[in-house]
Amino acid sequence: MSTLAHLFEAEGIATIALGSIKSQIETTAPPRGLWCDFPLGRPLGVPSDSEFQHRVLSKAFELLDSPEPIFAEYDVSIVDDGTEVMACPMPPRHDPDLHAAIDEANGIRPAYDRAIAKYGNRVGAGRTVQADEITTAIDAFIRVADGTPWKEAGIPGIPARVSQDIRGYYETAALALSDHAPSAWAGTRWFLDHTEAGRVVMAARQAMADAGEAQPIWFYMAPGDR
Amino acid sequence: MADSDVKAMTANLEGVEFEETAFTTPVPLNEAKVAIVTSASLHHPEDEDFSPMDTGYRVLKSQPRDYVMGHWSPNFDATGFALDINTVFPIDRLDELAAQGTIGSVAEEHLAYAGNQFDLSAIRMDSGPAGAKFLKEQDVDVVLLTPV
Repeated sequence: MSTLAHLFEAEGIATIALGSIKSQIETTAPPRGLWCDFPLGRPLGVPSDSEFQHRVLSKAFELLDSPEPIFAEYDVSIVDDGTEVMACPMPPRHDPDLHAAIDEANGIRPAYDRAIAKYGNRVGAGRTVQADEITTAIDAFIRVADGTPWKEAGIPGIPARVSQDIRGYYETAALALSDHAPSAWAGTRWFLDHTEAGRVVMAARQAMADAGEAQPIWFYMAPGDR
Repeated sequence: MADSDVKAMTANLEGVEFEETAFTTPVPLNEAKVAIVTSASLHHPEDEDFSPMDTGYRVLKSQPRDYVMGHWSPNFDATGFALDINTVFPIDRLDELAAQGTIGSVAEEHLAYAGNQFDLSAIRMDSGPAGAKFLKEQDVDVVLLTPV
């Protein structure tokens, strides 16, 4: 962001760069930078809170009054302590003959469809794997977790992108399963730690790491601190 | 897993340092045309998705607001954007500010880049200046830059 800010200013466009990581925005020093201590992925702070978003924008636009480059810190922080998990009532097992993750993914499909109808498909399946193919993708990761080399497991795309589609499918469905707007990362923690599919993705990732596969192939299947 | 853990992984990534800070004095805000430029890899569904090392940009029209998150990084929360596009791309808020007269107007077209780039040379030498040219041709005065 800061690189673009420098380039745009040089072409005669005034800029305000929002930043979520203090050290980065300090180092790259955009002409007008506003560090907002908000979770990654939420640069305006709070979804569906127009008043909060307007306060951030008001502070950002204030920086245009400065006659010289300026760095400012927004005076409200939103801190994720790593504990909140979405509470999503899950459908019971339907077909005991299926792997639990496949049964689960089938079971939340109505919730996924409801969320898509309400919000649109903003982060859900579709980058590489369509919603109808999510169970095929999970099935491939089950084989990887069970020891099949990833190139022979039938993963329908680059593993990181496929896992992103599975996570997006679940996090989108969660919006319809839960009765509250999730705080940042609460949906990701729910997916990774509390769903069968999340466990499969993490097990496949670990199996690929243990097999000595190149780190970029498996590392980006989950957030990097995992 | 906490947000601070993820931030700590990327806090020390080297960015481009500019010897001089370019600085443009804007027109008064209530006369300014404002555009959003985001590094969230947003695109319209019918447009080309971002590839892993994609240094190009996509044009985001003000309508329809059917933006899709095409970012490759798993290291951010996506549910905020899923619930409300304004969490990342505050286009509705800009419309409200324009209606109030706080800003002059909102650009009809905005830009999205992919923020997860390790080599910024192509953005610095090619797609960044090209994006600036695109915005200048629209008479954009002020750009709000948003990350994820």
